Amino acid sequence: MTSESATSQPWHVPEPSPWPIVGTAAALATALGLVWFMHTGSPWLLGIGGILVLWTMIGWWRQVILEANDRTSHTSPVKVGLRIGMLLFIASEVMFFFAFFWAYFHSSLPILNIVAGPWPNEGVEAIGAAGIPLLNTLLLITSSLTVTIAHHAILENEREKVIFWTGITAVLGIIFLGVQIYEYHVLSFGLKDGVYPSTFYLATGFHGFHVFVGTIFLIICYFRARAGHFTPEAHIGYEAAAWYWHFVDVVWIFLYVNVYWWGASSFGHLVVE
Amino acid sequence: MSDLTSVDNSAHDHHDHKPTGWRRWAYSTNHKDIGTMYIFLAMIAGLLGMAASMAIRAELALPEIQFITDSQFYNVLVTAHGFLMVFFVVMPALIGGFGNWFIPLMVGAPDMAFPRMNNISFWLLAAALVLLVLSGFVQGGAGTGWTAYPPLSNADYHPGPAVDFAILSLHLAGASSILGAINFITTILNMRTPGMSFHKMPLFIWASLVTAFLLLLALPVLAGALTMLLTDRNFGTTFFEASGGGDPIFWQHLFWFFGHPEVYIMILPAFGIVSEVVSTFSKKPIFGYLGMAYAMAGIGVVGFVVWAHHMFTVGFNVETRAYFVLATMVIAVPTGIKIFSWLATMWGGSIEFKTPMLYAMGFIFLFVVGGVTGITLANAGVDMAFHDTYFVIAHFHYVLSIATIFGIFCGVFYWLPKMCGNMYNETLGKWQFWITFIGVNILFFPQHFLGMAGMPRRIPDYPDAYAGWNLISSFGALISLVGALMFIYIVWVTIRSGEKAPANPWGEGATTLEWTVDSPAPFHTHEQAPELEPKSAAQPAE
Repeated sequence: MTSESATSQPWHVPEPSPWPIVGTAAALATALGLVWFMHTGSPWLLGIGGILVLWTMIGWWRQVILEANDRTSHTSPVKVGLRIGMLLFIASEVMFFFAFFWAYFHSSLPILNIVAGPWPNEGVEAIGAAGIPLLNTLLLITSSLTVTIAHHAILENEREKVIFWTGITAVLGIIFLGVQIYEYHVLSFGLKDGVYPSTFYLATGFHGFHVFVGTIFLIICYFRARAGHFTPEAHIGYEAAAWYWHFVDVVWIFLYVNVYWWGASSFGHLVVE
Repeated sequence: MSDLTSVDNSAHDHHDHKPTGWRRWAYSTNHKDIGTMYIFLAMIAGLLGMAASMAIRAELALPEIQFITDSQFYNVLVTAHGFLMVFFVVMPALIGGFGNWFIPLMVGAPDMAFPRMNNISFWLLAAALVLLVLSGFVQGGAGTGWTAYPPLSNADYHPGPAVDFAILSLHLAGASSILGAINFITTILNMRTPGMSFHKMPLFIWASLVTAFLLLLALPVLAGALTMLLTDRNFGTTFFEASGGGDPIFWQHLFWFFGHPEVYIMILPAFGIVSEVVSTFSKKPIFGYLGMAYAMAGIGVVGFVVWAHHMFTVGFNVETRAYFVLATMVIAVPTGIKIFSWLATMWGGSIEFKTPMLYAMGFIFLFVVGGVTGITLANAGVDMAFHDTYFVIAHFHYVLSIATIFGIFCGVFYWLPKMCGNMYNETLGKWQFWITFIGVNILFFPQHFLGMAGMPRRIPDYPDAYAGWNLISSFGALISLVGALMFIYIVWVTIRSGEKAPANPWGEGATTLEWTVDSPAPFHTHEQAPELEPKSAAQPAE
């Protein structure tokens, strides 16, 4: 069947790569390091694992960027595949957050849990929707607008505009993270204070981690935009970053409405009377 | 392992440029090599999991404690058996192994959509296996059962690191599965050869597509649950801790929201394989192709809304139970469509009873037995009595363990000529089928009686009243062991010294694209998009 080695198919089959197995070693070291840390308090293996994970990401994605820039690997059918892959990845992330939202509702709604106690659990004061959470909501919604402006600028091939608005988006992400960390510092309850803090910290914490990842993604896009990597035809990496950013934004809106607003509203209290 | 391709002496192989030495496997971006590694891993894990089940059956052969004096160790065996078989045998063999090997071959693509990500999917699973084995050896092991319900799995009852190892093992296995699912879906959606519309995809491709969607949407929920359990155990959260306002039942919801789709993840690829095999050896296109495809999609969708039938005894109100009974019963409809379509495909066909066909028919029989007991257990009232008894063990081993394993054996006998280029010995294959078929039925059928008599699961000892059937069941386990070892022997002999297989050893019934490439399949295939002739479509020509 393979009468010649050259392929006429448009697909991209990369050469063998060390990064998957290096990345696995990194994941294994991180897992072992986490167990070690949790049971002895010694963080060095966890740290090594983390560094190995970072090294893998840099090496692997550097390779992908090189392929994106060679203008032959990523044919238009391959780009369709990359888009499908990113959308599927985001779908799986949605289901990850689904578990934490379920935890929140299960713990607060007697209709889901007949033995649910008072909400928030005793000794904990729920956070209201005004103030810091509202500020963070505005920050993220604004950043979703700015990243869209930048995306359109790519399509119009206006590089200065792309660089500017991508930079603004990344800065908004960093400010969001700073505000979130500040909020954690001024809160009256800690992680161990019952199920409301458990759901609050893990849901907002994982969201914050995703903002962190998305911000790094945008910062990389910022430098790629400066290096002229994006054209109106070829900017899959930017599209992925923008989609990821919108996803993070939508998760926040659900968090804001349900955890901050509804969770502290009088309606929320009524339900658990 | 390299034997699989080193016997390649086809006229074309000098065109195959392929990496050599250990890098070929460690750094692989080749769907066939990665598929082979998955199958190899499944065989290793299968031997480990089988060793655990043999120890369990040896202990249970007679009343009173035989040799497992430490009940925690018995629990560890049960847990390891479950985890190994589900995550490291069935999934890697059916999805990682056959999926990798045959999705690109059957849709006419040169490889998977993301070949490097394909490799990390495999290696993450290998790392997960390392962590799981470690969990069995540290401080008493993880004796939680594969369902890991708190409070048994929390820090009060499993204070050591064993359960943390198991949690992180499943995290890595889950990441592996999610990445694999993204790869499979993208390959199937995007890389089919021109002319292969959705309604012309082989049913194995349909099965893999539905399975991959289930993986993509169910595994992250398990990841969330495992993360909560990990922080409950180590960082003082109280998701499942009643004293902090949490609820241990909530773990069961999360676990089974993943766990029920997971059981379809394990059976759907076997549906796909059996559909291919029944059609090939009946020399007929599959009966009711569209119904078969959409029945699988329907099973996948409904599979997400039936999870609480695993939890009928936790104290639901009657409306909740009524809903979950009804939703569960609904699954019998698409499943029935599949069973009857297989039978209708055979009806009037010119059937060749080669080993893969025997396994396909064995699969149908076993799946019907397990399905019927499933309908029984779907009734919340009946389940009150059967919950946590050997009736449940018998039920899910009929569907998940032996029907699924029959699906794997079916696939191996069907595709081994394509994978290694050699034919297995038909006589040995048939003997192996009958030994296994008789063995597993003697092993599991008496467990229905034990369960109806009330014998609880996950207990190393039992009253004398349960003595007889347990001995028969353990005897069946020995016969099954012979069948399993014989299977490994047959595969080994086939790879070493089987007769050379032609590109299509099965004749006119085998119409899918993998039979158009040489046996063994060259390192690179479908470098030109293959023609999809009307007769090679899964549907009959107009």
